[in-house]
Amino acid sequence: MRAVQWARDLAMGSRFAFAGGREGWVRALLTAVGVGLGVALLLLTTALPGALAERSRREEARLDYTYSREVMPKADDTLVVADTDTEFDGQGVRGRFLEPEGDGAPLPPGLREFPAPGDMVVSPALQELLDSDGGGLLRERLPYDIVGTIGEQGLIGSQELAYYTGGKGLAERINNSTVARIDAFGSPQPSEQETDPVLVLLVLVVFVVLLMPVAVFIAAAVRFGGERRDRRLAALRLVGSDGGMTRRIAAGEALAGALLGLVFGTGFFLAGREVAASFEVFQVSVFPSYLNPSPLLALLVAVAVPAAAVLVTLFALRGVVIEPLGVVRTARPSRRRLWWRLLLPLAGVGMLVPMIGQGRDGGAFNQYLVVGGVMCLLVGITALLPWIVETVVARLGSGSVSWQLAVRRLQLSSGAAARMVNGIAVAVAGAIALQMLFAGIESDYTENTGYDVSRAQMQVQVPKGTDLAPAAAKFEKTKGVREVYALSEGYVGDRPWRQQPERVVQLTIGDCATLREVAKLPSCEDGDVFSVRGGAYDTDTPSLSEPGRKLYLETAGGDSSREDVVWTLPEGLKRADSVEDPTGTKRGGFLMTSGAVPADIGKAISGDLYLAVDDSVPYAHEYIRNAAAVIDPMTEPMVWYATERSERYDSIRTGLSVGATAVLALIGASLLVSQLEQLRERRKLLSALVAFGTRRRTLSLSVLWQTAIPIGLGLLLASAVGMALGAVLLRMTSTSVDVHWTSVFRMTGAGAAVVLLVTLLSLPPLLRMMRPDGLRTE
Amino acid sequence: MSIGHTLLGLLESGPRHGYDLKRAFDEKFGHDRPLHYGQVYSTMSRLLKNGLVEVDGIEAAGGPERKRYAITEAGITDVERWLATPEKPEPYLQSTLYTKVVLALLTSRDAADILDTQRSEHLRGMRILTDRKRKGDLADQLICDHALFHLEADLRWLELTAARLDKLREAVAR
Amino acid sequence: MNSAPPGSLLAARDLRKVYGPTTALDGAAFSIHPGEVVAVMGPSGSGKSTLLHCLAGIVMPDSGSITYNGRELTAMSDSERSALRRSEFGFVFQFGQLVPELTCVENVALPLRLNGTPRKEAERAALTWMERLEVDDVRAKRPGEVSGGQGQRVAVARALVTGPRLLFADEPTGALDSLNGERVMELLTDAARSANAAVVLVTHEARVAAYSDREIVVRDGRSRDMERVV
Repeated sequence: MRAVQWARDLAMGSRFAFAGGREGWVRALLTAVGVGLGVALLLLTTALPGALAERSRREEARLDYTYSREVMPKADDTLVVADTDTEFDGQGVRGRFLEPEGDGAPLPPGLREFPAPGDMVVSPALQELLDSDGGGLLRERLPYDIVGTIGEQGLIGSQELAYYTGGKGLAERINNSTVARIDAFGSPQPSEQETDPVLVLLVLVVFVVLLMPVAVFIAAAVRFGGERRDRRLAALRLVGSDGGMTRRIAAGEALAGALLGLVFGTGFFLAGREVAASFEVFQVSVFPSYLNPSPLLALLVAVAVPAAAVLVTLFALRGVVIEPLGVVRTARPSRRRLWWRLLLPLAGVGMLVPMIGQGRDGGAFNQYLVVGGVMCLLVGITALLPWIVETVVARLGSGSVSWQLAVRRLQLSSGAAARMVNGIAVAVAGAIALQMLFAGIESDYTENTGYDVSRAQMQVQVPKGTDLAPAAAKFEKTKGVREVYALSEGYVGDRPWRQQPERVVQLTIGDCATLREVAKLPSCEDGDVFSVRGGAYDTDTPSLSEPGRKLYLETAGGDSSREDVVWTLPEGLKRADSVEDPTGTKRGGFLMTSGAVPADIGKAISGDLYLAVDDSVPYAHEYIRNAAAVIDPMTEPMVWYATERSERYDSIRTGLSVGATAVLALIGASLLVSQLEQLRERRKLLSALVAFGTRRRTLSLSVLWQTAIPIGLGLLLASAVGMALGAVLLRMTSTSVDVHWTSVFRMTGAGAAVVLLVTLLSLPPLLRMMRPDGLRTE
Repeated sequence: MSIGHTLLGLLESGPRHGYDLKRAFDEKFGHDRPLHYGQVYSTMSRLLKNGLVEVDGIEAAGGPERKRYAITEAGITDVERWLATPEKPEPYLQSTLYTKVVLALLTSRDAADILDTQRSEHLRGMRILTDRKRKGDLADQLICDHALFHLEADLRWLELTAARLDKLREAVAR
Repeated sequence: MNSAPPGSLLAARDLRKVYGPTTALDGAAFSIHPGEVVAVMGPSGSGKSTLLHCLAGIVMPDSGSITYNGRELTAMSDSERSALRRSEFGFVFQFGQLVPELTCVENVALPLRLNGTPRKEAERAALTWMERLEVDDVRAKRPGEVSGGQGQRVAVARALVTGPRLLFADEPTGALDSLNGERVMELLTDAARSANAAVVLVTHEARVAAYSDREIVVRDGRSRDMERVV
């Protein structure tokens, strides 16, 4: 019986949501769009873990590495794969040379047949890039005929750049790292990759931080059109509905908006899914089919959102008495009390503090406590903010007329003002905390590469057997290269390598100028050989530096079948002191000028070219890569950076920035809507004020103050809570607490920008509403 | 209310017998108090004496002889003056005002004009009363208020009539 | 061009104003002398409010001329007209004109503050006017907390606080009962007369119009000056 009554009232309210002509429709639509955006974001969030899992599953399925030291024997079902990954304009390009050794050779996922040498199969995104105007340089590097497209199964993202091409004679170059023989794709033992607890913490916090403002936003969205609704409810009371019925009817209106919002949200999500395929965020792109919300979570969203709408409405009507002749807010609401509002953030801190220091070595965090703590802290903002706004605004004196108008309005309805900015405050606080966390642990996930980028910025490995000198000459002529340092490197031991040498030292070959980059030479002429002292981890050089001693050059990784390459130390060995070379290491061993190199050593040793790049030449890196590809497609020039960040960490950070921006935009939209609604309700007053000569500037300014004051307070609180949360999170990961001011300012700046934008956007309607039409009475 | 002016006004649309006049009067204005024929006879003879009407002809078709009256130029002027002069704002003058409005409509004069003029006159009276009220003691105020409310009622009637002139014109023309 | 009746403070002629399909004013004329109280009467929808809005420079007529003290209103810019309204005109509307968040005294002081008067001084002047209109006891209350009659008197005080030469009152008693309405009218006309402010009083109530010196009637967008007819 009661349920029937409830259902009837709710249904009646739903009808009201769409009745009432254009006004009603517009309001219902706004609510639905607001809720819809929130639902879309929720669905996306529920789909994201699945998408990432699917991505890594596909990535694993096409793995072509062997993890053993042994080289698999050639067979009918083997395939030699060479890794020819390259980079173009900052984007990674996955490249593979394939040489099947029999009919049973495994086909990589996404391919129907092996491309013949000289042919290649490309990913759609690579095809597009090669066809585009900007792809010419890459086309030079990949001059193969395109004979097909890689299927979705073989790609980990819609925007991934990848190709497979046919190889020849790859078997000779098997080294088990870049060239390998395999008989199946996919990881032999699917990895149960141990996830870093700190990364898990980050992902958890990101989700909470992004979802909290959405929840706040949905709560605000179902309350659009509050005052007009009040009048309608009063009319309902007048015709005889009781208080409970009226409340339920009001909830029904919100329910209708929320249900429509669910439909909209599903639509937004499906549309967004398609659009998502054409985006690439930090080299991560997805296929629409990846983004499947888990059914259980989707169901939860479908139930929770409408239920929340009903509950929020009932909660909002708590301090309201709906009388037949109007809605009375309990006359002067009792002053907000501070103590219970402090409970939430304190509880949040209380949940997080016990986990301090667990991240590094204490194992995983308790996920529930993390989520609970972060949520309590953030929800605490929404509890604290109304109190702060009320307390501060009550103490504000009156300044100019615009200020006075704004302050008085805020004093009268500080709750509404605080509600408006709650979402922004939560988003900003969360974002600040996360940025701090990122900045704080950046050093952990950023490895110092040790490269000295002031001397050389690129390194090209030249395969064994290729003469270094002509290669160096070729690079000297390449556009964008300032300087070429050619160094060949190898190791010599005191015994033949099949007998396991006891003492091993490094051998470095180059011209005098290049050798000076790695050691301080007393003098240097072509034909000199130096014995270097002071190398890091080098203890054997002094004892081996005896003229006439035979040293054995290391050839292919312990392959005993090859002939020994023997070098007899010459007379007139000079001494040199090691200095840090461009790669940041102090080498020991022997230095050989080119003139002193015996022919057999020259052939058996692989060389490196260190290039100083002229960064003012556009696409300098691409020219160099092209030149390297001509020498050997398997040489991958390395660009040196002073530091290297963990890519995973990067994507989280990017995700946060994108998410925070989206959330702020969402909240900005809702701010605008409620702002306009407020203005519309004051149309008559605005017209009257203009009639007696109020300047438009004064009214516009008062609108700005009216938003700026609560937002300013909200941002202050958000910064404080954000920094506190950030500090706690940093302590949890045992990282020294260091306030990252740039991110604080960036996020508060973004929040402030939203206010400004909202004010600007509400100005045209404000000016229109100030026209005297509002005075006409019909 | 002036029966003389009313009969004159009725004559403006064309000469009539005395009996016709009585019938027209009763139909348009005398809803609850029909005119006695004697009243018509005495009024017409006074109008005749004042030169406002003339005898257009005499008929004696079987029955008693009947005079047909027609309005003179002086008569038309007299009606004109009467209509244009607002009534002294005093209680219970609707019937006069109504008569004036209907006559104005019957004679294709601007009935709205009559109403406006009358309103102005009423307002003048109300201003005087209001002024007296503001200066007087409570007794004065109460007395003035009484009069003011009556005048206001008249004025409301005037407004209402003004708003319904088109309908009234149709009704009268029937 | 100057066809305004001699000695008039504000005069308008041939005013035409069309809102979409409806003609609000169709050749209306008006004039008022300093210190005079003129009632604008007419049935609802006759265009009397539009006439007031045009006369006050809130709405620009489509054609016609309005002269205030020899200055052509239709030739002034929006900000000039705003400034004129701030300094020379006062306004009282039927309802919804008081800023609900400000206290009554702040509402009354508002026009002065818009003209740049310091707050203290403005509120002192406001209080004087509130005393004259017998609403000084509600000075610290907000408009929502005072009765309709008090609110309207606060509005009158606000309209007069700048010492305007012309007061525009659009159905100032429209939302009040007759006793309160009369009190407001008495105080309004008394205050206006003592300040030598002329009053344009739009009303459809005869008893309110009876507080005027003369009336004009607006019907179908045309005005009729009764003084001149009789």
